[in-house]
Amino acid sequence: MSAILLVEQILNGLQSGVMLFLMAAGLTLVFGVMGLINLAHGSLYMVGAFAAASIAAATGSFVLALVAALAAAAVAGALIELVVIRRLYARDHLDQVLATFALILILSEGTRWMFGSFPLYLDVPSWLSGPISLPGGIQYPLYRLAIIVAGLAVAGGLFLLISRTRLGIRIRAGEADREMIAALGVDISKLYTMVFALGAALAGLAGALVGAIQSVQVGMGEPVLILAFVVVVIGGIGSIKGAFVGALLVGLTDTLGGVLLPQLFALFLDPSAAATVGASLASMAIYILMAVVLVLRPSGLFGERA
Amino acid sequence: MTRERLINLLILLLMIAVPAWAYAVDEPFILTLTTKVAILALAGVGLNIALGLGGLISFGHAAFFGIGGYAMGILASHAQSYTPMMEWPLLIEGTKSMPVIWLVAMLTSALAALLIGALSLRTSGVYFIMITLAFGQMLYYFAISWPAYGGEDGLSIYVRNGFPGLNTLDPLQYLILCYVVLFIVIFLSSRLAKSAFGLALGGARQNAERVQTVGIAPYRVRLTAFVISGAVTGLAGALYADLNRFVSPTMFSWHTSGEIMVFVILGGVARLFGPVAGAALFIGMEHVLGGISEFWQVFLGLTLLAVVLFARGGLIGTLAGREVAHD
Repeated sequence: MSAILLVEQILNGLQSGVMLFLMAAGLTLVFGVMGLINLAHGSLYMVGAFAAASIAAATGSFVLALVAALAAAAVAGALIELVVIRRLYARDHLDQVLATFALILILSEGTRWMFGSFPLYLDVPSWLSGPISLPGGIQYPLYRLAIIVAGLAVAGGLFLLISRTRLGIRIRAGEADREMIAALGVDISKLYTMVFALGAALAGLAGALVGAIQSVQVGMGEPVLILAFVVVVIGGIGSIKGAFVGALLVGLTDTLGGVLLPQLFALFLDPSAAATVGASLASMAIYILMAVVLVLRPSGLFGERA
Repeated sequence: MTRERLINLLILLLMIAVPAWAYAVDEPFILTLTTKVAILALAGVGLNIALGLGGLISFGHAAFFGIGGYAMGILASHAQSYTPMMEWPLLIEGTKSMPVIWLVAMLTSALAALLIGALSLRTSGVYFIMITLAFGQMLYYFAISWPAYGGEDGLSIYVRNGFPGLNTLDPLQYLILCYVVLFIVIFLSSRLAKSAFGLALGGARQNAERVQTVGIAPYRVRLTAFVISGAVTGLAGALYADLNRFVSPTMFSWHTSGEIMVFVILGGVARLFGPVAGAALFIGMEHVLGGISEFWQVFLGLTLLAVVLFARGGLIGTLAGREVAHD
């Protein structure tokens, strides 16, 4: 395989990894701070994508579409937290799984009700379309490169938010000891709503950014949700750093596995068998990665508690 | 007689009355729907052994449901095309005999549960939920990308497999067969819950350290329960595939895992007839709401949400009150 193709695939892996990070960051924060397992996180990704697609269709502005995605997902997240999620913090994981599974059904079918079953399209804006020449003569789509940069910027901002700001201190304190910070006068339920809305906004942003490459449709959040769970578990629940490393690992494994594994098997199998075995293994690769990580480190790469 | 027993008896009566009525007024569709309820309830009974007795929140039971389904699909497709499954080192032919298929389905899903459980039970809590989900998804993508048995399109079996002495294509006879299997498994699971093993399993759920101090290894007890649970769900998968005469990767999808879990929770976790009540309620709602609105899943979701938020303990838990000790 040529080096150019390899670099392209690595960039694709980075791009999907960075988007996974935006999803996984919200999940891991909600896990870590509130101890809540939220299956409906993928629906917020979908809400962001639909908001972006409809605003883009109405105004033609991609920037406005992104703002709409952030706002719609954050508002939806805050509403869901106020109405449903906050009743679940004291419950066991089983109740949380069932209630958020019910939320998926409501949000997915509700979206289908409002927008119909046909996918919407969100176009890449003209100022970001077309290829860009990278050093070494590689032609790479500008939009995908922009996604990588945007994702990395958001990741950097999130690190700063968590480590440098007052809100970040409260979030970390909430993770460590929620009774203590409540006793110190922090309004814990307002903090929870904010954390949930922040995670939702990140998921909505990811949905809008990816929605411009793929089609915007009901159920688009579910495959991403499961990947994001894999990321969170690999990285260790509650760890933003773990989510970042896990997201890049999963993105790269998924992308490179699909390209490299069939070629690897072609070395010692006949071509059709190699393609079959390679493709099967590649589709399972990230789950195998997760199983290996959990067997070696049952609480993830950066997790502290089991 | 406790209230839960009374409710169980009522469920039992309904289970007999509904198909009897359907048979009397010649509604084979209702018979098939009841069969579906019985089979899905069986899958739930399987999950309930891990989830209710053992407290093991498995979000990957679709793996065993699917393996059972594919055990049926693969064996029957070879019998259908008269090609042996394997010629070397020993000749293995396909079969259209249900008892053999059931045995294979239970053995293969038990084996899968042994492997998945051995790895997954090293973790606990959210990690356990997620790793079982991941194993389910792993098999889902494997089933999609493996072209030998239909890949994404699944496998169709033209004639339902046979059971000695029965015409399984007759809806009533197949329903009775599924009922018999379901009742045998429910009986065995009630015995299991009261056995020394069941008590150890419940103990491991409530307080693993204490169980350990009396000399029982929680890991082994849980793994055994997980294997039994997987085998039962696998058997349900084989029956379900035979009901539809079709297997597809959807049986492995995480929606299937979620639905099996919903049956158990909707009916009442750790209740003997919980999965039956849950599956009947779920399929009934699907059928009734599906007739009213195209977007019935919204209402299904709202109902589920209401059950979780306001009717803790599921249907049987709400009606019978708290008799089972909750920890």
